[in-house]
Amino acid sequence: MNIPGYEYLPHPADVRFTAYGATLEEVFEQAAHAMFHVIIDTAALNPEHSVDIKLESEEIDNLLYDYLSELLYLFEVEEIVFGQFRVDSIEKTDGSYILHGQASGEITDPERHSFETEVKAVTYHQLEVTKEEGGYSAHVIVDT
Amino acid sequence: MTQQQAKELVRKVKENIFEIPTDFQEGMRVPGRIFVSDKLMNDLEVNTLRQTANVAMLPGIQKYSMAMPDAHFGYGFPIGGVAAFDAHEGIISPGGVGFDINCGVRIIRTDMEASEVRPHISELMDELFKAVPSGVGSKSRLRVSGSELDDAFNYGARWAVESGYGVEADIEHCEDGGFMDAADPLKVGDKARKRGKPQFGTLGSGNHFLEVQEVDKIYDPEIAKAYGIREGTITIMIHCGSRGAGHQICTDYLRVMEQASRKYGIDLPDKQLACAPADSREGQDYFKAMAAGANYAWANRQVINHWVRETFERVFGRDADELGMDLVYDVAHNVAKLEEHEIDGEKKSVYVHRKGATRAFPAGHTDIPQAYRSVGQPVLIPGSMGTPSYILHGGERAMELTFGSACHGAGRVMGRGEAKRKFRGEVLEKQLAEKGITVKATHPSMLAEEAPEVYKSSSEVVNVVHELNIARKVVRVKPIGVAKG
Repeated sequence: MNIPGYEYLPHPADVRFTAYGATLEEVFEQAAHAMFHVIIDTAALNPEHSVDIKLESEEIDNLLYDYLSELLYLFEVEEIVFGQFRVDSIEKTDGSYILHGQASGEITDPERHSFETEVKAVTYHQLEVTKEEGGYSAHVIVDT
Repeated sequence: MTQQQAKELVRKVKENIFEIPTDFQEGMRVPGRIFVSDKLMNDLEVNTLRQTANVAMLPGIQKYSMAMPDAHFGYGFPIGGVAAFDAHEGIISPGGVGFDINCGVRIIRTDMEASEVRPHISELMDELFKAVPSGVGSKSRLRVSGSELDDAFNYGARWAVESGYGVEADIEHCEDGGFMDAADPLKVGDKARKRGKPQFGTLGSGNHFLEVQEVDKIYDPEIAKAYGIREGTITIMIHCGSRGAGHQICTDYLRVMEQASRKYGIDLPDKQLACAPADSREGQDYFKAMAAGANYAWANRQVINHWVRETFERVFGRDADELGMDLVYDVAHNVAKLEEHEIDGEKKSVYVHRKGATRAFPAGHTDIPQAYRSVGQPVLIPGSMGTPSYILHGGERAMELTFGSACHGAGRVMGRGEAKRKFRGEVLEKQLAEKGITVKATHPSMLAEEAPEVYKSSSEVVNVVHELNIARKVVRVKPIGVAKG
């Protein structure tokens, strides 16, 4: 597997993937990519609109859950379909992790965008961020 | 333990009932029970057994951790999972309900003959597709205010009917009268409100659908008559849930429960099973928010039902009453309920979690509308796209075997990605057209994901509950028109 990158794994009903990155920031970006690529062909999206993201969670797994859930929320409520993800920093402080980043994409338009599969939510099932040789991996199942 | 070894531990109790013994996995408090035929057992993934065993580890679980015949690998509970937890000693878990709170099905009967509708089916499906927004990113035609959203969270289908989207009889023909009174909108977060507001009155995507069907076969004429259904007539089925509102309620409370599990020292075999004691603040907060989500879904299906009636009126130039468009029933298949069940000879209050399982109360149960009380609750089992759906009635052994629960559909066997690689939407559309089924979808790949072959056979699944007398077959309907998001 290339770093950075992601791959989809078999699942009978939902979507399951592993994302890889040299750093925590990179693995988060890749996980976001993997999730949005289920919804739409992300390569075709231009960074016309951006939102800043700042999150704080007590554990790294929870931070990933919060990050991906926040992106789904912003997709629906801000009506921006994201194709580009930047995580500037994930800092470990006293008892928590703080993420700063940005997601960019286009204003949702059913005429313009050809949506594939709806992602309902991020699950906690087998959710795991793991430190590996040469970087990190994140295993995620999203409910579709 | 290998897959083979795991499967060998499972013991056949009798025809259609298998047991997962407590030594299958350390920490199981009760055995697991899988209600499947030999064939379905053969095809069952070991992961589904493991998930059933995981549920058996949760505090306060009663009798068995159960899996219905359509069970498959999910997250937390298996899809098709049923478990009851003591209302005081037990827990409540969002993982036992799922993200799509009160995803469910309703079916409308009509007096229209299929032969009258077929010549207009293409126009009808176009109009239905326009009337009921569907697909990713679709927005409602409805603009609800904050207080209307509160009312929907509080009163579900009742609010919808009182606001002009239906008739009083619709409410009587919904499970729980179309709303759970445990709901408290104050327990629903701001994000869930924001997601729910613009999506009110939308079908969604994935396996959700709106179908025009023909009554194809009657198994039990007397009960079919009680349900108002006649062979050769048209029925309409609506399958959808609580949209972003429900998804966000579950997302938010999983985080709360994750903390609560630690606080109360509950050992979790899987984080998705995060839970809290049933009578704790966290447990009750979730239950009240979940009930609000369930009510949103009932209101959603009621509003869609209204638009379906309006569309038929427009296309056929007669009013809905004249067309006999009455709601037969509406069931939830992702929900937790506080119910009374007889356990070891005693009446007990339990939180029954049904995740991809349908309530199936037998004749005589007081929670069934008066009109159906002598025959049992209608149990609606949607088929996969292009395949028949079934109406069953709650069977005599449901309370004793499954806490009054049956299967909820066919059950997936193939992932969406694989389905998309294997099938082409355009080809499927043509194949279905050859079978006399008109399909409307936002995107052809949507059809590929939902190809009939990616599901188990619905008849195989339904036969298991029928043979066990959990729910008995009454009517079979086959699609003639399908609208998908």
